[in-house]
Amino acid sequence: MGNVFSVVRALEHVGASGVVVSADPDVVRRAPRLVFPGQGAFRDCAAALERGLGAAVRESIARGAPYLGICLGLQALFASSEEAAGAAGLAIFEGTVARLRGGPDEHGGSLKIPHMGWNTARPTRPHPVLGPEAHYYFVHSYAVRPSDPGLVAATTSYGEDFVSVVAKDNVLACQFHPEKSQRAGLGLLGRFMSM
Amino acid sequence: MTPVLAKRVIPCLDVRDGRVVKGVRFEGLRDMGDPAEAAARYDAEGADEIALLDITASHERRGTLLDVVERTAKATFVPLTVGGGVRDEADVEALLAAGADKVSVNTRAVEHPELVGAAARRWGCQAIVVAIDAKRRGDGWEVFVHGGRTPTGKDAIAWSREVADLGAGEILLTSMDRDGTKDGYDLALVRAVSDAVSVPVIASGGVGSPAHLAAGLLEGRASAVLAASIFHEGTCTIGEVKRYLSAAGIPVRASEQAA
Repeated sequence: MGNVFSVVRALEHVGASGVVVSADPDVVRRAPRLVFPGQGAFRDCAAALERGLGAAVRESIARGAPYLGICLGLQALFASSEEAAGAAGLAIFEGTVARLRGGPDEHGGSLKIPHMGWNTARPTRPHPVLGPEAHYYFVHSYAVRPSDPGLVAATTSYGEDFVSVVAKDNVLACQFHPEKSQRAGLGLLGRFMSM
Repeated sequence: MTPVLAKRVIPCLDVRDGRVVKGVRFEGLRDMGDPAEAAARYDAEGADEIALLDITASHERRGTLLDVVERTAKATFVPLTVGGGVRDEADVEALLAAGADKVSVNTRAVEHPELVGAAARRWGCQAIVVAIDAKRRGDGWEVFVHGGRTPTGKDAIAWSREVADLGAGEILLTSMDRDGTKDGYDLALVRAVSDAVSVPVIASGGVGSPAHLAAGLLEGRASAVLAASIFHEGTCTIGEVKRYLSAAGIPVRASEQAA
C-alpha cells in the first residue's frame, strides 16, 4: 500500500498539526516524533536508509523521540530481510524478516500471499498506544521474527502466528496499516500522537 | 472475534461525470448521488474497502475524476480502489497521488499487458488490480473490454492466470451477464477464477441480496465481494450484510467496531 498521503490525512484527522513529509536527514533528526510508513520493497527502503536517512532515524530513536513504524517501517527496524539478500536495515532490533509460510486455506486450497485484508492483532501485553484486540488492514508477504520475545506486542494468525506489532520504550511498529484501519487504526494513531 | 483473515465487503461506486450512477448490464444509467458522501457513509457503516470505478466516456474529463478521488480519499479511512480509463503509468501515478491505494486496470491491460508488470514493479503488486469483464460463451467465459462493448476472444480463466503472473495483486471479476440483474453472482465463473489464481479474487456483478454475497464467498470462494445497487438503494446496510455473513459462519470484520 504505502500511500504516504493517506498516513498524513489520517494523522491530521486525529489532530496532528504540522505534519511534514520528508526524507531529509536534517528534518528527520529535528522532528519531535517520527512516523515511518515505508514504501515499496525492502531493498529500495534499505537503499534510501543508506543515504544518511538511516543514521538520522537511529539518532532520533536513541534520543527518545516517539517512533511509529508502519509495514516496511516495522521491517526496516531489523538488520536484514529474506526479501532482499545483502540489503541492510536499521538493525535497531535483532532478528530477521522472513516470507510468510502460508498454508492450507479453509477450502483445502492454499492461503493467498500477499496476506491482504482485515485480520486480528491480538496484544500479548498491555500497551498504551496499541489498545485492545482489533481488526486492522494488512498487505504484506513478509513478517518480522524478533530474537527477543520481549519485543512482541501483538500477534496475528495467517497460516502461522506471526508478529504483527513490536514495541520497546519509545518505539511502536506494526505490520498493518493503521491509516487504512478505520476506527481501530485512527484510535492507535491518536494515542501515538499523545505518547 | 475470529482470528483469521476476514472476507471483505466492498461497496462499489460507478462514477460518471463526478456522480454515482448505476445501470443494468452496463446500460441505462441512473444518478445515485455524490461519490465522496456515499463513500463516507459506507466507511462509517463498516465497509472493508471502497471501490470507485469511473465510467465517464471521454478521457478529457479526467480532472473531474481526480477531484472525486481526492474528496473520497479525504472522507474515508479504509483502502480505496480506483479504476476506469487507466491508460498508462502516468494515469496510475495521478490516481495514487490523488489518494487511491490501488488502481484498477481493464482495457489497457488487454491492449498493453506490459503496463501491469511495469506498474506492479514500480508501486508494488498490492497497488495494481486487474479488472476483468467476462461473459459466458459456451463452456467458458470471454473477456470483454471498453466497458463491455468489445469482445477480445480471450478466455477469462487463462487471462486471469496471465495477469496474476504479470504481477496483478488482485483480480476484480465482473460477470457481464449478471451485472445489475440482482440474480446473484455467476458462481461458476467466480469459483473457476478463484481456483485458477493465487491472488485474491473480488467477485462482482449481480448481487441482489446478502445471500448472494455469502454464496460468492462460500461457493465462489472469493476473497472479497463487491456490490453496488443493494447498498445505494438501501436494500441493506453494510452492517446488515456483515451480520448476515457472520451468522452464515463467514469470518468478517464486525461493523459494530466501526459503526
